[in-house]
Amino acid sequence: MDAAAPPLLPERFSRWFESRGWSPRAHQLELLETARSRRSVLLIAPTGAGKTLAGFLPSLVALSERPRRKPGAAGSQRGVHTLYISPLKALAVDIARNLEAPVAGIGLDIRIETRTGDTPAHKRQRQKQVPPDILLTTPEQIALLLSDAQGREMLAGVDTVILDELHALVTSKRGDLLALGLAALRRIAPSLRTIGLSATVAEPDDLRAWLVPQSEGAARALADVVTVAGGAEPDITILDSDERLPWSGHSARHAVPDIYRIISQHRTSLVFVNTRSQAEMLFQALWHANEDNLPIALHHGSLDVGQRRKVEAAMASGSLRAIVCTSSLDLGIDWGDVDLVINVGAPKGASRLAQRIGRANHRMDEPSRAILVPANRFEVLECKAALDASRAGRQDTPPLRKGALDVLAQHVLGCACAGPFDPLELFDEVRSAESYRDLAWERFEQVVDFVATGGYALRTYDRYARLKRQPDGCFRLSHPRIAQQYRLNVGTIVEAPMLKVRLVRSKSEGRRTPIGRGGRMLGEMEEWFVEQLALGDTFLFAGEILRFEGLRENEAYVSRARAEAPKIPSYQGGKFPLSTYLAAGVRAMLADPASWQALPHQVREWLEIQKLRSALPQPDGLLVETFPRSDKHYLVCYPFEGRLAHQTLGMLLTRRLERLGAHPMGFVANDYALAVWGLGDLDALIARGQLSLEELFDEDMLGDDLDAWLAESSLMKRTFRTCAVIAGLIERRHPGQEKSGRQVTVSADLIYDVLRRHEPDHILLQATFADAATGLLDISRLGELLARIRGRIAHTPLARVSPLAVPVMLEIGKEPVFGEAQEALLAGAAGDLVKEAME
Amino acid sequence: MRPFLARKEVRRFAPVCHDISIAGEIVGLHDSGAMWWPDENTLVVADLHFEKGSSFARKGLMLPPYDTAATLEKLAEAIDAFQPTRVIALGDSFHDGEGSDRLPASYRAMLTTLQLGREWIWVTGNHDPIAPVGLCGETVDEVALGGLVFRHEPHEGAVGEIAGHLHPAARIRRYGRSVRRPCFATDGTRLVLPAFGVFTGGLNVLDGAWGPYFPAREFSVFMLGDGRLYPFTATRLVSD
Repeated sequence: MDAAAPPLLPERFSRWFESRGWSPRAHQLELLETARSRRSVLLIAPTGAGKTLAGFLPSLVALSERPRRKPGAAGSQRGVHTLYISPLKALAVDIARNLEAPVAGIGLDIRIETRTGDTPAHKRQRQKQVPPDILLTTPEQIALLLSDAQGREMLAGVDTVILDELHALVTSKRGDLLALGLAALRRIAPSLRTIGLSATVAEPDDLRAWLVPQSEGAARALADVVTVAGGAEPDITILDSDERLPWSGHSARHAVPDIYRIISQHRTSLVFVNTRSQAEMLFQALWHANEDNLPIALHHGSLDVGQRRKVEAAMASGSLRAIVCTSSLDLGIDWGDVDLVINVGAPKGASRLAQRIGRANHRMDEPSRAILVPANRFEVLECKAALDASRAGRQDTPPLRKGALDVLAQHVLGCACAGPFDPLELFDEVRSAESYRDLAWERFEQVVDFVATGGYALRTYDRYARLKRQPDGCFRLSHPRIAQQYRLNVGTIVEAPMLKVRLVRSKSEGRRTPIGRGGRMLGEMEEWFVEQLALGDTFLFAGEILRFEGLRENEAYVSRARAEAPKIPSYQGGKFPLSTYLAAGVRAMLADPASWQALPHQVREWLEIQKLRSALPQPDGLLVETFPRSDKHYLVCYPFEGRLAHQTLGMLLTRRLERLGAHPMGFVANDYALAVWGLGDLDALIARGQLSLEELFDEDMLGDDLDAWLAESSLMKRTFRTCAVIAGLIERRHPGQEKSGRQVTVSADLIYDVLRRHEPDHILLQATFADAATGLLDISRLGELLARIRGRIAHTPLARVSPLAVPVMLEIGKEPVFGEAQEALLAGAAGDLVKEAME
Repeated sequence: MRPFLARKEVRRFAPVCHDISIAGEIVGLHDSGAMWWPDENTLVVADLHFEKGSSFARKGLMLPPYDTAATLEKLAEAIDAFQPTRVIALGDSFHDGEGSDRLPASYRAMLTTLQLGREWIWVTGNHDPIAPVGLCGETVDEVALGGLVFRHEPHEGAVGEIAGHLHPAARIRRYGRSVRRPCFATDGTRLVLPAFGVFTGGLNVLDGAWGPYFPAREFSVFMLGDGRLYPFTATRLVSD
């Protein structure tokens, strides 16, 4: 450092550090230095490294050096100096609280406020008139502020934008929305610089590019990067249980006594699972095992907010011994005192696991402790692969996504709401965002046209256009009403319709009175789950066994049930597919018997018998087994590409087998394998030369077969609905809207059908296809698989089921069976009626 | 990106009907959602909602403008299959009062061709309370023929009534999955037709709004399938 330059940390800041017995860390000083040179920067640091303070320190220093405000003096009004954007509302609120200590301690005159969906209207209005110095907010609020001239004014002087949990933000459409918002911000606040805070990622350069404006034809611009080396190596083990390892399932019931023992031996444990239903089941099982009455709590995204806050507060005060939780606690608030992370089930990704483990022990010099609990045999392999990845320090965070077109449409409308825009300028602005740098002008024009008139070949809506072209070439809003519509529709999170769950007294207890109204709210459940419940059905929710009592408007009434086991097994929460990196690890392990030494005895034995009876899947090939069982014929293959890609593959394979006369009846998929069954003898078809596996698995299935299936796929329709809502083609369903209004609204499915027929190249169908390729249908991964296995299919005809096939075969009957068309379902249900009548 | 391929959907449109009796008259239910009355050579369709797309576009929601064409095609196929001498449109034929005014010339011509050589009755509905502008056909609030009365909104306690308005849809559940489809709803004395228009949503027949017409699940539905109908008693249905 230049000796003449003033110290990076002003005197009163160092005094404050000293008073607390701290000294500023190297990366905190490095960030101050980038501030001095006005460079944007990415800070990569494990949790517990003082990342947040490091991010805010440059702003606090800059604000402390500003001249004092003179009340009433002309020009005393200042805009927001620093914007802090986080993916979680709760995080923004928490950070605001955490900043109070240093601000008060150093004696700074700085106003810090939050602005989220919960902020009352009068406070939002006041913030526009008297902006705080530091505003903590979310991507949606940025979009809203930018869609309004007054909001833009408030942000015009922004100096620094801090983006927290950037690694999590950039992987979703919210990240796209924020990227576009940031591009717009840069235009109104040209001197703005960004500070990204991130956990360790596979490709730091992606995030560095995301933080700074890109320009056409130039090399990729990158922000500076400051990396804080991970602290002590985490201490991770895989639970070696004496119990029999299950063949399938995700409940890890066999390990509950072990998990309970481990919890009782530690101060505070975070118990992570992958889905809400797993969380409910595990919590229930632990409760039964809880002889010492340890305070154990449950936390997942469907629980009532009040309930969740209570659990979080109890955790913060250190009064809990364990929390069973889902990814709802992957990010965010620092708990401090966690000394053990238990990950139950498959880790699904090396980076995901590393971040979860980082939730334990936030002091960097002590190792985080974690125990992995595989719930079945395949998960043992996956845990081992994740453990190896962690020891090698490997990351498998997903690559940067391409900016979505539906989000762009929303942004374009938002820009018009703030005032007329010049399409050429907006195009350049949008392309300055890394995720949109490859956007073609034609595509952009299509999006603007879509926003204006729907973008249809028939130009019938020109007279109703939402955007009108002015003589100077700029687009302006045709009516202020459109801006109101925009504000109700802003954001990229389109929730599945939810119903509130309210606890009432049971009808079955012989009470004459109708079920009471004023019961406690337990949380929210997906409408489709409630739909499949019959009165009296029991299920697990909020850690209790509940009985379904009926529906009242948008509330599901439930009562406490005395049943031992719930009748309806589960409902799915989010399921993450197995990462490509871990999949490759598992395949390599399977193909190399020498590596099995590290595996538990039961797993080793399982694989030895597989080797003896059938064959081992090879790293780049595809093992296909065929065998008869009962009166059906089975085909089981092992692609290891995750459940979503396997479901798509199963859907396409059954179509092709149908055509070949093999009479497929259904299929099930898990993360590792796919089983298809039917009446036709596949071995005989192959022997007669009527079926070739190479042809069956040919990449051309991604052509016409995929196309024909997409026409009717409910997954595709669900994806389309999300795109249509984000892009503003159909309105969001807001809570409290009358259900009987449904016949007046338009079903997204119908629009999808009509568009596919009449405008197959419509911009929204393009957006839908792009989503489906990486989302629910995982077509891109399926494509990679088919290319990889070409000429490398190993067919093993068997007389009976192989050891490796058992797990997926056990899923039959548990998982919903696909390949069964709606018509068959209806015909079957109608058939039941006949039986009822005749017997 | 791979473009979507447009596919002309080929529909088998043999006029096979599910015959039922309404107040003593035999009428046929067709999987297109139309009702066929052989004794009177009459085809009945409900809730066409022509120009629904443009009606939304006027309010700033740019739905695809192909609904009128698609509904007209569907109607033409039904007329071609049954060759009726009389067509009754059971109200809400246009999504709003100005819908018929907005009808593009080519569709107007297509509709006029369909009307040629047959009696055409427009029953008024809540969306289109006045006669359509510049189109042939007689406009009525309701019409009685034989033992049946045709009107848009069902009346409580009516007998022999054929109505629309409610857009009936039903849901069944099996193997943990459910299917929701538009349907006919009847208790033997009255019949409610599903909406014929392609952009029209549906209202579950178990919704409270049905109470006055079909109380306490004592009715049946015929869910629309591909080339056939699926009959269910209301007790087998689930709500939304």
